[in-house]
Amino acid sequence: MNPLLLTHFTATSCVGRGLDATLAALRGQRGGLVPCGFERASLDTWIGEVEGVDAHPVRADLRDFECRNNRLAQLGFTQDGFADAVVAARGRYGAQRVGVFVGTSTAGILETELAYRRRDPQSGALPAGFRYAETHNPYSAAAFVRRYFELQGPALSISSACSSGAKVFGSARRMLETGLIDAAVVGGVDSLCLTTLYGFNSLELLSPEPCKPFDARRNGISIGEAAGFALLERACDASGAFAAPHDEAILLLGIGESSDAYHMSSPHPQGLGARLAMEQALATGGVAAREVGYINLHGTATPSNDAAESLAVRALFDGTPCSSTKGATGHTLGAAGALEAVIAALTLREQLLPAGINTTQPDPELALNYLLDSRTVNVRTVLSNSFGFGGTNCSLLFGRADRTNRLNSLNALTHPGTPL
Amino acid sequence: MIPLTAFIESVGVLGPGLNHWSDAAAVLAGRAPYVPARTVIPAPASLPPAERRRTGASVKLALAVGHEAVAMSRRDVTTLATVFAASGSDGQNCHVICETLAGEDRKLSPTRFHNSVHNAPAGYWSIATRAMAPSNVLCAYDGSFAAGLLESLCQVAVDRVPTLLIAFDTDYPAPMRDVRPVPDAFGVALVLVPEASAGTLARLDARLTDAPCTTLAAPGFEQLRAANPAARALPLLEALAAGRSSSVVLDYLQDVQLHVDIAISNDSGEFKS
Repeated sequence: MNPLLLTHFTATSCVGRGLDATLAALRGQRGGLVPCGFERASLDTWIGEVEGVDAHPVRADLRDFECRNNRLAQLGFTQDGFADAVVAARGRYGAQRVGVFVGTSTAGILETELAYRRRDPQSGALPAGFRYAETHNPYSAAAFVRRYFELQGPALSISSACSSGAKVFGSARRMLETGLIDAAVVGGVDSLCLTTLYGFNSLELLSPEPCKPFDARRNGISIGEAAGFALLERACDASGAFAAPHDEAILLLGIGESSDAYHMSSPHPQGLGARLAMEQALATGGVAAREVGYINLHGTATPSNDAAESLAVRALFDGTPCSSTKGATGHTLGAAGALEAVIAALTLREQLLPAGINTTQPDPELALNYLLDSRTVNVRTVLSNSFGFGGTNCSLLFGRADRTNRLNSLNALTHPGTPL
Repeated sequence: MIPLTAFIESVGVLGPGLNHWSDAAAVLAGRAPYVPARTVIPAPASLPPAERRRTGASVKLALAVGHEAVAMSRRDVTTLATVFAASGSDGQNCHVICETLAGEDRKLSPTRFHNSVHNAPAGYWSIATRAMAPSNVLCAYDGSFAAGLLESLCQVAVDRVPTLLIAFDTDYPAPMRDVRPVPDAFGVALVLVPEASAGTLARLDARLTDAPCTTLAAPGFEQLRAANPAARALPLLEALAAGRSSSVVLDYLQDVQLHVDIAISNDSGEFKS
């Protein structure tokens, strides 16, 4: 595939608002999980709650969209100058030429949960002022972003459970490729709600302590919430030539998507779907497995997910450094793919491989090169895995532009006359 | 820049008074009378009994129209990428979850939870068909069909893969029905491929437009189109049923719609536009 530029990106999760806070947490190996005290959830588990979300209402002209999910989205995309970058892209290309692709699993369903507590005792009706389309419906997340930035291009929400925030990159890539749009606002946003807390509780997948991905004693997930966004633009000009950006620029090099075709809530035991997704990401990026310097694992910390993912990783990679950052952020579900794509971009920008925190004894049976300490290294290509409920898998491959620039220079030397 | 072109090989449809494409096409083309009746959704025979028992209306509907389209196309189902487009998920299931969570004992059943995800139909489809091909699951509220068609056209045009689009929406019970009134279930599936073949029904060429969307002359069909997000496909289905090359504008977002030129394949496999 033609590489795409991540011209801007940002992330907000329980480890902090924006890139500086996120980076400081990753560098300092600090997490943001706390004992669950969310709403009426009386569950023995830990959560990754973003502080102060409800203190920031949505912009006054968009108050129909008022709900925790959209507040979190807005808190997220107003960090790091991201909103300014979107406005600039709209100015550069026109409102109709910027697409919106947002991943979410539950959107603002919390608003409906709260409304069900306030039903009319006689008629059972929901309270006046409840806005289904702008809060509960999955499209509310994309609609809010589109309205906030006054965009007029194509838009959709992707809701494929925990791969949602990664798969948005695939849909955006295809639409950029057709030429229907010139830029894409991609992201993922999911917020805490009782549906997911009690839902994962029903599957006995919640850990009673901060989750420990890939640990021999891992015992389940910690649910988190997050908003991650990126602005995607073409890296190639109209003739298909790679327009070499500065060396530190971050590129989306490859994408792999697959289905497990196995079970609704358990991964394929051999990690076959996960393996297909990673293979395809490498193939579409034209990158060999040995070139990948770091893998941000899906790593939910359930016994079965981490076992299946390790089999898939070992089938393709030999000792590649890897970690799951969910020990720090919790599993942010439909936002995880976007949050971890931003973390992958940060690892490339900062040349920093983040440790998987909370984990002290990597499971010897999983036999991965699991990072227990963050380290500074030379890294040019990283892979980020997102696998979801219902057996939906997506792997994203990112690289620094200096790698692609160097390959193009070599190509020009060995094949003079071929376009770059 | 890649044109948004694809070839339709087959259609599956299920809605109020519309069962199977062959019957629905006759009704839409005016060759048979339209007799409105509640949508009857069959149990998915393709799922193992344990899974079949757990599925709700939206899963059954998606599988029914998907299987119909795949059978008509004669393609190997495992080779088809899928796009699932729906505004809502299983409304009944969602209602029971919200009711439970509003009460004192907030325990959910695992089945309730895994049926609540928007990609439950996609998950069950891949289990039923053993298809490991990529599957996308999206929503654009009332514009979900157009969003799904646009995504499918991008897959066909850019990735050159055969793609199965399944769009569906079912009704919510009260009190959700008051805020999202979808009177009855409607589902539609299309097999879209990058190259014409002997089985091609029509060629589609799409682009974005700000022109108003196409409405239907027959009041019954227009009512249906406006009432269910998946039924926003009806102008396209009507053109296919009539076997007449034409153009339609499908309802997408408030300020951008999807214009589709439909060129029907003639007996010699050529396309009139």
